[in-house]
Amino acid sequence: MILLRLYWSFFIVGLFSFGGGYAALPLIQEQVIGVNSWLTQAEFMDILTISQVTPGPIAINASTFVGIKVAGIPGAVAATAGCITPSCIIVLILAALYNRFKGLSLVHGIIKVLRPAVVALIASSDLSILAAALFGTAGFSFSLSDLDFAALGLFAAGLFTMRKFRPDPIFVMLGAGIIGVIVYAI
Amino acid sequence: MKKDARFYWNLFYSAFILSAFTFGGGYVIVALMQKRFVKRLKWIDEDEMLDLVAISQSAPGPVAINASILVGYRMAGIPGAFLTILGTVFPPFIIITVISYFYMAFRDDPTTRALFRGMQAGVAAVITDVVIGMAARIIKIRQVLPVAVMALSFTAASFFNVNIILILMVSGMLGAYTALRRGKSPAADTVGNAAPYAGENAASNDGAGKKPLRGGKEGSE
Repeated sequence: MILLRLYWSFFIVGLFSFGGGYAALPLIQEQVIGVNSWLTQAEFMDILTISQVTPGPIAINASTFVGIKVAGIPGAVAATAGCITPSCIIVLILAALYNRFKGLSLVHGIIKVLRPAVVALIASSDLSILAAALFGTAGFSFSLSDLDFAALGLFAAGLFTMRKFRPDPIFVMLGAGIIGVIVYAI
Repeated sequence: MKKDARFYWNLFYSAFILSAFTFGGGYVIVALMQKRFVKRLKWIDEDEMLDLVAISQSAPGPVAINASILVGYRMAGIPGAFLTILGTVFPPFIIITVISYFYMAFRDDPTTRALFRGMQAGVAAVITDVVIGMAARIIKIRQVLPVAVMALSFTAASFFNVNIILILMVSGMLGAYTALRRGKSPAADTVGNAAPYAGENAASNDGAGKKPLRGGKEGSE
């Protein structure tokens, strides 16, 4: 039954993640931490980090990882299959419609209003990710004594670098990791 | 075109290679697909590829998966779609499987924790950058509805824990309603359509650019 639950949870993620990779983020977070408690916020942060520095869509990476953690390789297969099933169905239906009604103005109309909502949900996820990165994941106290100043510095420097120089994000993430090893481990 | 074993292998192999070496999200892979299937293999012409990309961005789910389904289906029907899906899913599946076993073994190691703590600050920076770019693009449309939807959705999700699927459904229905109403009144039509297309052009230019994550979010517009 756990395989079915995995399949269904990631089916929901696949079905409702409109608008590219990050759109899946809030949905994964809700399914995996909120609805099912398969991961802690700390583990979610780790898998997010891993999937950002490896190739492949976040949703596929997350479904593979969560599947393995919950039920081994069969779990990973079930979760990944769930994640791509809605795509298979909807994309082929849209392709058939598209050839008949070029442009799909209704779909465009829906997406036009859906998009700001998706951006808002990603921003909301980002807020919890940022809180976890800066305050640690133990309890979300938000008291200044829990603030990790090194992480704040890395975040500020990373954001500045991204906005100013627009490098490939992988360099910012790996760079922050290397500095992290120097600051925290040595 | 002859649909022999070599053709099917080439289809699978193309999807596999594109997926394995694409860091930075769906929009990069779409650009690379264009290069491979349109320019190199000449299997699909430019205009049709653009249609396929538009469809893969309109559907839910990972854009890379959607695009590969469409290309596979276009080339060889359901078996073709099956092959390209496998080709696209295999690389991340294998990589994450290997990493997750290492992760479970090394997650409590102090150096690993330090690495993750640092990277998480970097990840937060990258996603915040993406969010700033996306929100700015919505605000730039200069229409009340998108900005209001964005503000309300953010408040509902962050501070009131409203179910996110509910938020998506309500805004989708609102979009359908405005689209249908616009379709009925010709006067509003020109006004209503001018802005989204301006936004879309800007977005697709961005998506075709080489900034992966920036393209990733903005191309979705």
